[in-house]
Amino acid sequence: MNRLLKPETGGLLILGIIIAVLPLFLPNSFYFDIVILIGINAIVCVGLNLLIGYTGQISLGHAGFFALGAYASGILVGNYDWAPIAAMVTGAVLVAVLAYVLARPIMKLRGHYLAMGTLGMGIVISIMLNQEGEITGGPDGMPVAGFTVFGWEPANEWVWYWMIGGLLIIAVWLALNLVHSPVGRALRAVHGSEVAASVAGVDVQRYKVLVFVVSAVFASIAGSLFAHYSAFLTPSEAGFFHSIELVTMVVVGGMASVFGAVVGAALLTTLPQLLAVFDDYEMLVFGGILMITMIFMRRGLVPTLQSMWQRRKP
Amino acid sequence: MTMLSVENLGKAFGGVHAVRNLNFSIGKGTIHSIIGPNGAGKTTLFNMITGVYKPTAGRINFKDQDITNLATHQMAGYGISRTFQNLQIFFNMSAVENVMVGGHIKTDSRFMPALFGFLSIRQGERECRARAEQIMCDVGLKDYINADADAMPYGALKWLEIARALASEPEILLLDEPAAGLNPTETHEINDLIKRIAATGITVVLVEHDMKLVMGVSDHILVLDSGRKLAEGTADEIRQDPDVIEAYLGHGRGTA
Repeated sequence: MNRLLKPETGGLLILGIIIAVLPLFLPNSFYFDIVILIGINAIVCVGLNLLIGYTGQISLGHAGFFALGAYASGILVGNYDWAPIAAMVTGAVLVAVLAYVLARPIMKLRGHYLAMGTLGMGIVISIMLNQEGEITGGPDGMPVAGFTVFGWEPANEWVWYWMIGGLLIIAVWLALNLVHSPVGRALRAVHGSEVAASVAGVDVQRYKVLVFVVSAVFASIAGSLFAHYSAFLTPSEAGFFHSIELVTMVVVGGMASVFGAVVGAALLTTLPQLLAVFDDYEMLVFGGILMITMIFMRRGLVPTLQSMWQRRKP
Repeated sequence: MTMLSVENLGKAFGGVHAVRNLNFSIGKGTIHSIIGPNGAGKTTLFNMITGVYKPTAGRINFKDQDITNLATHQMAGYGISRTFQNLQIFFNMSAVENVMVGGHIKTDSRFMPALFGFLSIRQGERECRARAEQIMCDVGLKDYINADADAMPYGALKWLEIARALASEPEILLLDEPAAGLNPTETHEINDLIKRIAATGITVVLVEHDMKLVMGVSDHILVLDSGRKLAEGTADEIRQDPDVIEAYLGHGRGTA
């Protein structure tokens, strides 16, 4: 009972209830589509927040890992008839290896230099996907076969919804476990003071590489799911704007808050749809909302609202 | 028994020799102070002992093991811990979490069990928190256990750094100017705390400018000037050493 009352367990419960009840309020497949995309983005953001929010290391290239996971699924299933699950796992392993190799030099960089390093990384991945037209279809993109698990295929948006919802809950659960463990505390210590963390025995470089790989794997798996769900891929998935979009979700939702990442993903995926009524001024309103959020809620939505709520209580 | 010794230790930043040809040794379970004017190389020495800087010459031994080229994060495992002159608090955490980070090497921090929330990890977390709370009570931070670090006053943060350093259960504790910025009452309290830490068998090495504090607590004092050893001895010996008086006060006009 005590564990149920903990904020993180309570949060997981609330997320589960929202996911369970939400379909009752979704009138048609257009809304299902948005909610499924929210789920996919949220999985990426929960992983990315471990890197940016908790460990304090920026990445402007995570869309690259998302796209690599997506293309791994697309290519292995489409061209080599692999089972989608096997392709997804293989993609995640390949991305993990690549992220590890890249992180060793890149995570030695700090601040602006780290931003530039990861930015370059994302751009190189994006160029590769554009250039290797033989296997990726180049700028024209490539179609992707549907998702199947041992011959069973998620036939409609309901099944996709439950699948993504379930995976999001698993992703949040894993992230919460990590955050509330000595590993998570070490990551936050790296954010707070690298020299003090290392004096306490935290291998700073190792933890930075570790969290980079973990966040890349989250992105890769979400990418694989996206590939099968959308049934079509273009290199823009790896693009700079997609990376920025992901970072914005994390920052607006709340740094160092697992649920903040989910809220950020929900907000930034939904907002452009809601703002469609503003027609030509859509981007203007969108930018305005982001600016206002950052001016008045610098720590992001969820942490700010949390501390307001705590102060309200006697 | 010799706890820590340095042989011909040197550190040059380009052409500047911050520490040069330094030799000394520190015995177990005593309070040692390292004093000297600003720029004498005291903090550089601390940074070399804890692996933050790599020495450009000489070697450092800890209990007969060569630790000269170890990385900083390995030092805690050997039983070496320190505090910082300019505070290095984790301001993104609560006070007790700061101390829990200090207990990192005493806690199970394997990645996979942490990711899947194993019960052994949760158990380890409870024990780690209990130890951290105990240490905070011991050093007099009972009221701040659940406080956010960024909401704590400066004096309490100095104590917090010491609590965090103690959480790794060190054999030797390096304190870099623990009394800097403290008022006389707080300085008096830190004096007591240092004595209490030493009484538990931890060897304390102190860099400090507050001479009253240094002379009061130290069993042994090492004086540095421009990166070299100027003098070594007990408080009384140092107080009467002509070289030390000259380094601190300059030539007396009348005696020249």
